[in-house]
Amino acid sequence: MSWFESWHMPRWFYQMGSPKWFFEIGGRLQPWFMVAAIAMITWGLLWGLLYAPADYQQGNSFRIMYVHVPAAILSQSIFVMMAVTGLIGLVWKMKVAFMVARSCTLIGASFTALALITGAVWGKPTWGTYWVWDARLTSTLIMLFLYTGVIALNQAIADRSIAGRATAILSIVGTINIPVIKYSVEWWNTLHQSSSFSLTAKPTMPAEMYIPLLLMVVGCYSLIVWLVLQRTRNEILDQERQASWVARYLEER
Amino acid sequence: MYFTSLQHLIDMDGHGFYVWICYALFALTVAVNVWSAKRRQQRLLKLIKSQLRR
Repeated sequence: MSWFESWHMPRWFYQMGSPKWFFEIGGRLQPWFMVAAIAMITWGLLWGLLYAPADYQQGNSFRIMYVHVPAAILSQSIFVMMAVTGLIGLVWKMKVAFMVARSCTLIGASFTALALITGAVWGKPTWGTYWVWDARLTSTLIMLFLYTGVIALNQAIADRSIAGRATAILSIVGTINIPVIKYSVEWWNTLHQSSSFSLTAKPTMPAEMYIPLLLMVVGCYSLIVWLVLQRTRNEILDQERQASWVARYLEER
Repeated sequence: MYFTSLQHLIDMDGHGFYVWICYALFALTVAVNVWSAKRRQQRLLKLIKSQLRR
């Protein structure tokens, strides 16, 4: 297996595995992501709420899209991030990767809940009901349960490295649900409308409707990066408090 | 601006209640996430400082 032994990931990949390196670089990047998040979310929200024209079918209730769609996209992205970092933790035995995965759980669960609740509130004026057991809604609810399971598992296992491995396996298995959520509106006959937005096709809405949505999605991604960096850096402080660099960091600030 | 008056903005032709609730929940989710992450950092720094002094 000499080819395997000679195979190396790029240097930054191993540097990311160093808690000290992650803590310092993360701290330097955080303000930029926060500034980008505040700018784009403020711009997107004001535009979507005040200036975008009302939808010809849904009236003003379509403005819920500007918070519902980012929440739904993010909740799935965070789940994938949690599974990928969990996998990296398993394969390369990287402590920091498990910390990132752990940081994703509460953020992801809160945005899944937000997507479900705003969807329900949107459903009332649009479909006439808060909830239907349709494929998209049900698979998203399952994702919320998966997040809850990962959080409970983390809470139940005191040893961080065992908890990291156990939750990694649960989140990797749980990613089966992600394509189900994504394609649910195509596979099953459902009340939920199909994607309003895709990377490859031309938007189905006019620019003054989708640019604020784009701003919201990108702004929320920046916010999520900030949150994951902050929570992971908290986790590093917690677990590395005996390290000499932590003492030095505290003296310097 | 799409809306003609403040009343129109609040009411949104009958959809105001649903829209404003969703935007409020979004603001709440973001605020709680940011605040709890920052609070945890502050508490950890305080705790580790007091441990170092001993």
